[in-house]
Amino acid sequence: MTPRIAEIWVYLAASPLLGLTVTLLAYQGAFWIYRRSGSNPLANPVLIAVTALVLFLTLTGTSYQTYFAGAQFVHFLLGPATVALAIPLYTQFKRVKAMLLPVVAGLFAGSLTAVLSAVFIGRLFGASLPTQLSLAPKSVTTPIAMGIAERIGGIPSLTAVLVIVTGILGAVGARYVFDAMKLRDPAIRGFAIGVASHGIGTARAFQVNEQSGAFAALAMGLNGALTALLLPTLASGLH
Amino acid sequence: MLSALTQLLIFQLLGEVIARSLDLSLPGPVLGMLLLFLSLILRGGPGHELQTTSQNLLQHLSLLFVPAGTGIMVHLHRVADEWLALLLSLLVSTFATLLVTALVMKLCQRRAPQAGEAP
Repeated sequence: MTPRIAEIWVYLAASPLLGLTVTLLAYQGAFWIYRRSGSNPLANPVLIAVTALVLFLTLTGTSYQTYFAGAQFVHFLLGPATVALAIPLYTQFKRVKAMLLPVVAGLFAGSLTAVLSAVFIGRLFGASLPTQLSLAPKSVTTPIAMGIAERIGGIPSLTAVLVIVTGILGAVGARYVFDAMKLRDPAIRGFAIGVASHGIGTARAFQVNEQSGAFAALAMGLNGALTALLLPTLASGLH
Repeated sequence: MLSALTQLLIFQLLGEVIARSLDLSLPGPVLGMLLLFLSLILRGGPGHELQTTSQNLLQHLSLLFVPAGTGIMVHLHRVADEWLALLLSLLVSTFATLLVTALVMKLCQRRAPQAGEAP
């Protein structure tokens, strides 16, 4: 009996089916917990699903590469989903136009704060220069952040991890910051989440409110573009 | 759903081709989003199908970050070396960014209240 199971495991572990299925299972379990908690931001579905998957892969001795061979089918959908953000953006376009000044001012202030505070605190606590440079684009969506890290002398794969952690921190913590500020406007809440914590923050914003989601998507796109333009110049000052 | 998905892929492809041929630092999907947005303005909004398909896709946007997030397991040793600096940096910087962005927007909005309503 046991060798039979081992045989089946060897087959499954090498096929993309397993990686894909456990990703969907872990996420659905995580989303169920998130809903049961009354959409509590602390029960962030990305955080729970990633923790469960890392445990599962470590315990079964499965490599990330093997896992990703299956999970890449989910990962691929990030592209079309990013394109699809144009639709809520269009729906909220009137509100965006009416808020042009706050949007532009918030974008510049937030973008600079994200880069400078991350690098400054990293440096203060003794992070090496490549680590500081990997921290700099951490508020930008993964593909842009990795490209920037590469160009300014950071470590792209480290940046990818820092981006994900930043996204989860923003998605988990934003509500408490805004409530402490007594900030109600869903547009401003959404935009700030998008600047600070890109797509993961945007995903959380969409779960709360459609207008917040649209503004978060807008902020994510704009902050990605602005950081890509500004950071190479700023970074030459850090070397 | 099929035609909506095809449209999204076409815009992503367009974005990818333009970004690469012009050597832009913007990733293809983000440029694709901008192009689709412009086309929506030109044709006066998405059709019913595109609307529902993208709604379904965006409802579970979180799921799409899970495979990349799981990649943290590869970098655990690197993160372990500088964990304090990394954690403090990410924590403080993320909260500072949320606070500063929201505060600046709130102040600007107060200075120019109801932009659309003023005569």
